[in-house]
Amino acid sequence: MYSKFQTAAVARTGHAVLMAGAALALTMTAANAETLRWARVADALTMDPHSQNEGPTSTLLHHIYETLVGRATDGTLEPRLATEWAISEEDPSVWVFKLREGVTFHDGAAFNAEDVVFSLDRARAESSGFKALHSAVESVSMVDDYTVHVKMSGPSPLYVQNLTNTFIMDKGWAEENNVVEPQNFAAGEENYAVRNTNGTGPYTLVSRDPEVRTVMAHFEGHWDEAPAVTEIIYTPISEAATRVAALLSGEVDVVQDVPVQDIARLEQTDGIKVTTGPENRNIFFAYDVASDKLLSSDAEDNPFKKPEVREAMALVLDRDAIQQVVMRGQSQPSAAPLPPFVNGWTEEMNSYDAPDYERAAALVVEAGYPDGFTVNLNCPNDRYLNDEAICQAMVGMLSRANINANLVSQTRSLHFPLIENWETDFYLLGWGVPTFDSAYVFNFLVHTREGSYGSFNGSRYSNPEVDAKIEQLETMTDLEARDALIAEIWDQVMEDRVFLNVHNQMLAYAMKDNINLDVHPENQPKMATVTFGN
Amino acid sequence: MNRLGRMWDSDIAWSFRHSPVAVVAAAMALIIILAAVFAPWIAPYNPFDPSSLNLMDGFTPPGEPNAFTGNTYLMGTDNQGRDIFSTILYGARISLFVGFAAVIFAMVLGIGLGLLAGWRGGWVDSLLMRVADVQLSFPSILIALLIFGVARGFIPPSMREEVAIWVLIVSIGLSDWVQYARVVRGAAMVEKSKEYVQAARVIGVHPARIVLRHILPNVMGPVLVIATIGLALAIIAEATLSFLGVGVPPTQPSLGTLIRIGQQYLFSGEWWILLFPSIALLLLALSVNLLGDWLRDALNPRLR
Amino acid sequence: MLAYILRRIAQSVLVMLVVALVSFALFRFVGDPISSMVGQEATIADRDALREQLGLNDPFLSQFATFVMRAAQGNFGISYRLQEPVMELILSRLPATLELAMVSGVLAFVFGVGFGVYTALRRNGWLSNTIMTVSLVGVSLPTFLIGVLLIWVFAVELQWLPSFGRGNVVMVGDWPTGLLTPSGRASLVLPAITLGLYQMTLIMRLVRAEMLEVLRADYIKFARARGLSNRAVNFGHALKNTMVPVITITGLQLGSIIAFAIITETVFQWPGVGALFINSVRFVDVPVMAAYLMMIALVFVIINLIVDLLYYVVDPRLRVDRAATRH
Repeated sequence: MYSKFQTAAVARTGHAVLMAGAALALTMTAANAETLRWARVADALTMDPHSQNEGPTSTLLHHIYETLVGRATDGTLEPRLATEWAISEEDPSVWVFKLREGVTFHDGAAFNAEDVVFSLDRARAESSGFKALHSAVESVSMVDDYTVHVKMSGPSPLYVQNLTNTFIMDKGWAEENNVVEPQNFAAGEENYAVRNTNGTGPYTLVSRDPEVRTVMAHFEGHWDEAPAVTEIIYTPISEAATRVAALLSGEVDVVQDVPVQDIARLEQTDGIKVTTGPENRNIFFAYDVASDKLLSSDAEDNPFKKPEVREAMALVLDRDAIQQVVMRGQSQPSAAPLPPFVNGWTEEMNSYDAPDYERAAALVVEAGYPDGFTVNLNCPNDRYLNDEAICQAMVGMLSRANINANLVSQTRSLHFPLIENWETDFYLLGWGVPTFDSAYVFNFLVHTREGSYGSFNGSRYSNPEVDAKIEQLETMTDLEARDALIAEIWDQVMEDRVFLNVHNQMLAYAMKDNINLDVHPENQPKMATVTFGN
Repeated sequence: MNRLGRMWDSDIAWSFRHSPVAVVAAAMALIIILAAVFAPWIAPYNPFDPSSLNLMDGFTPPGEPNAFTGNTYLMGTDNQGRDIFSTILYGARISLFVGFAAVIFAMVLGIGLGLLAGWRGGWVDSLLMRVADVQLSFPSILIALLIFGVARGFIPPSMREEVAIWVLIVSIGLSDWVQYARVVRGAAMVEKSKEYVQAARVIGVHPARIVLRHILPNVMGPVLVIATIGLALAIIAEATLSFLGVGVPPTQPSLGTLIRIGQQYLFSGEWWILLFPSIALLLLALSVNLLGDWLRDALNPRLR
Repeated sequence: MLAYILRRIAQSVLVMLVVALVSFALFRFVGDPISSMVGQEATIADRDALREQLGLNDPFLSQFATFVMRAAQGNFGISYRLQEPVMELILSRLPATLELAMVSGVLAFVFGVGFGVYTALRRNGWLSNTIMTVSLVGVSLPTFLIGVLLIWVFAVELQWLPSFGRGNVVMVGDWPTGLLTPSGRASLVLPAITLGLYQMTLIMRLVRAEMLEVLRADYIKFARARGLSNRAVNFGHALKNTMVPVITITGLQLGSIIAFAIITETVFQWPGVGALFINSVRFVDVPVMAAYLMMIALVFVIINLIVDLLYYVVDPRLRVDRAATRH
């Protein structure tokens, strides 16, 4: 049996031998079998493609299953199982997908429109984690073997952007194995699709031991060019220090989720390189702008309701210092919670005022708090890059304007319910935009909390005019007018200082020198795109 | 003076003076405790005052000027620009406070329940000892983790920050009372059957008086040993809990929290953020442990 | 005898029930599993529907009754996080933890007894004092730091041993073992040292203290007076008599080794039940947490029961109070 540690044990005494080991690895590239050992912080939760809409799960499943459209590393859409997609000329509320021909599933079954109809229906099932992304879908129908129509409840010009993580399953296989719906917890029994797969992706699942090791091998029958990597061994390593140690000791080849402080040292290490790039995720502070009194403040009223206080908070936030010290340069400071590749982003969102502590302190006094005020700052400590350290720095900066923030940092499963249940006055949140359109930000963070809107609007911001505009966005087909409306909403949101944005997060992947892998904005690297050589 | 003289001549003091390890350990522990208590007067900075921090001072190596601000710090600074030396002094204060408070809590609870069980016997004894069994089946870290989780559920989110340290103390203390209870219960059962106690009961001496005058003094030796070792254990337990994500807020870090933060920089070259707090914790826990060790031998009459 | 055994077993069942009740009650306050389970796009209505589906809105007692009924049949439900049956999940992780606990337990026992005997016999030697002091270093630093430092020295700098995982495992029957492969054995070294250090110090101190006491006992003096060799006295008499309490306490520590493994497993990415538990706490995976606690309680109750019965067999008089020997 293959021993992953023995290879590391060869290259042990000093650099000379280490280099020889690397050279050996390079010559092995010429041979056809190339194994890639890949580590990251967490494992996929399930192999069921529609059960969990969650980062590591989708990332791993992209190797086994495929979507209709994919997201390229530059953020644009690329064809996968669909070769063309467009809004129907007769009916603006119908999307037409032309499917790729000659695709087979891992078990040999042919791929066709039936499977797409089945999979989109399954993704809309009650127990699916993806149903919210397909809530505007009325019905999915097969026109011919390679054409599918998706009927929406109204014009939905951006629906295709929601499809980049919705995987396609084989209808026959699903029915045979009784998995026409994702895992239902109340049923009390395990779903076959949790551990077994049958996709069209470039790799087949060879073995899986959850949270230990997942092995995938190249699928010979895949429609695309054969990848350089023929075998993937995926191991989650939750501790950051251990993860970096595993790369330094040669036990893994690629490490995702590299702590920012280790990038410089890894870059200087012989035989290791680091690639970095912006992630589609902004990190920002938000505060309760609507309640009459805060939960954790000594102020009689709600200071965050006052524009002066919000301005003061913007004036104390030293984004450049956070970028330089806390993030080691691995961030893009900006004023609006929108990554640069998302529709609606403008150059001026990157400009922000230089910190002015005197003016900020004066503003707090002006707002009616001559002695300042106290408030709790809620922060996750295991979710974003250096989240706790960012909050800590913010506490220091706020104190210069006489705002005494008490830092409460805790694990994500305790932090996020605070925002969902409106139990926090002031908090840190990170937000990615998987649809690459501003409407996604507005729907969840800006719109008044009602129905499917505003579930992460922890600031209680509520502006009926803005709400109306956000709802209007959903069915607009004139993209130019739509962009103008997006700009209008952003102007209002920025003027009201709904968010105090810190930066857009950068990602770093560290790997052996001879491996080439670009950073993916959704943090979903695809090992089929790996090439070897310098 | 007379009393001091008697103490100087006592067996314990003699054993202490003739054990170089004990003397060194006691001196070390005393220095650390005093430095922690007088931290506000000794430390050059107040790292718990966020307004005094400059983020740009962050990651200054020990004894070298910072590249941006030009400031120099004896042991360097951490990721927030805090002077490591001052932070260690203030952090030791938190660690010692948590340690002492947890030990006192466990001791009071353990002695109380131990006396109750040993004195009353019967079903009270059975019940308390079964509870102790159940408690022993859950290791201390697990108990602390659960108590912490539950407390967070009960306490409104806005209050959690203020009470975090008390929850920590109760969690650590509650997982440690069984040892005291066992020792005290054993002693109480032995003494209870002795003739002088029987006699005292017969002539109507209040049980509380018997317990305080005759039973407690007999168990103070072993209790002191358990408490000393328990102090070191509590300080380490606090550090471990901090690693598991429950603990004091990072704006007012304990030594354990400092180490938890510092271990993120093990591979990045900022060795001082991990090294100095670790040495401080090691010296503190080690000296307390050594004292406990010596005390155990010194109080055991059969080993003299 | 039979009555005694039955009574002890009944007590054990009662303890298990209490543990179940307590752990079950605790989880209602540990956090809300819903927000971990649904994607960020889920609506408030979706969240409520899932909560209803999981039975989280049912009255406490009916939830508890369902839990106990199912648990008695070995059914702990489906993990919220990994979506696999909890029982299977725990059973698949248990061998890794037991192997780690066993190896570190044996290491701790062998070195603990060895050092303990040595330091007792050479009570004031410089080597004894060094061993006593150095062993205290092991309990004066938090486990996670010791683990990380070992990784740094032996995996990164020296590259002698692996930094994470369990290496390759082979199946012996249903039991996946790492003891039979070179990589499996190499992977075991650092976690076993990290986990065993604390127990070793404990055992060493205990052996030393017991030895010192026994060596002063009259029968040892008589043995010496009879002209027996030092060796025969030290090992034939003294150590033998020390072993009974040492073995008892070591046995009782086994449960706590398994639980202490939580931290070691997290640092070394060891695929055992401890790491599973910590990940479950972070996700608020209630079914796994409950099952884990029940398992720990069961292990302890069984060990306790065996120890009690052994005492009963060895000396019926002792059954009255064995607690005093176990401080």
